[in-house]
Amino acid sequence: MTVGIVVFPGSNCDRDVRWALEGCVGLATRFLWHEDRDLSGLDAVVIPGGFSYGDYLRCGAIARFAPVLESLRDFAQAGGAVLGICNGFQVLTELGLLPGALTRNAKLHFLCEPTGLLVQPGLCRWLQGYAPDEQIVLPIAHGEGRYQCDPQELAALEANGQVVLRYSSNPNGSVGDVAGLTNATGNVLGLMPHPERACDPVTGRLDGLRLLASLKGLSKANQKGGC
Amino acid sequence: MLDPAGEATRAAAARLGVDGIRKLRIGKSIELELEAPDAQVAQSQLELLSDRLLANPVIENWSLELLDGNGEQQP
Repeated sequence: MTVGIVVFPGSNCDRDVRWALEGCVGLATRFLWHEDRDLSGLDAVVIPGGFSYGDYLRCGAIARFAPVLESLRDFAQAGGAVLGICNGFQVLTELGLLPGALTRNAKLHFLCEPTGLLVQPGLCRWLQGYAPDEQIVLPIAHGEGRYQCDPQELAALEANGQVVLRYSSNPNGSVGDVAGLTNATGNVLGLMPHPERACDPVTGRLDGLRLLASLKGLSKANQKGGC
Repeated sequence: MLDPAGEATRAAAARLGVDGIRKLRIGKSIELELEAPDAQVAQSQLELLSDRLLANPVIENWSLELLDGNGEQQP
């Protein structure tokens, strides 16, 4: 079991994700440089947070054309587990693996704080360790996390159960309080909050651990990691 | 769609005493020089770029103006 972690110029949560997966969950990881195309031997891929290519043009707009993401599109379409965190979520929408777009926070501030979330796991393979309607707290850290899509698209996502994470108290103006979305088949998850920052007891929160531990089938409530 | 930077700027304009602004939206303008065999090819290449790279049609509208080599607008 090996998890790939994409590294763009400007990624800055790649090592946090590695620590959470290796140190807290106990899984092997492999960094994937943005020019890599080879995803062989990987069971899952995480696109971490940061500022890929400086977020020039738009968040995720240039990353979308990276060679590694051409391979990732095929990997996801073949049912591979793909997780995009923060900038990774922005990249997944630009890539078209998830609908909609992430835009500037409604009040323009960069938000860096713990945020209450409502989990509705549905078919999302990453969230099977959480109970329906469970409330958790994860940190957010973003300036451009306001989810936008047209009302018809949002209604379709709601009807399909693809809005799997919602803000309890919407911090950024996202439509439908959307904090995280899955694709129709549940193997791709994009979310603005940072589960990897809530896996190690030293950070004071553990609500992200079950998300990453889903890769291992560790899904018991309050599961203790290997930190 | 909400344009928070435009709204903040409109609020600042009101503090300057200009409060008749009906609309203020902030976007970006992109200057691009392109070699192409003719205007039609240039147009189609620019439309491809605008739709797939320069703008995200989910959240942005785009229009383009074609200028000739002297910087004059094409008819």
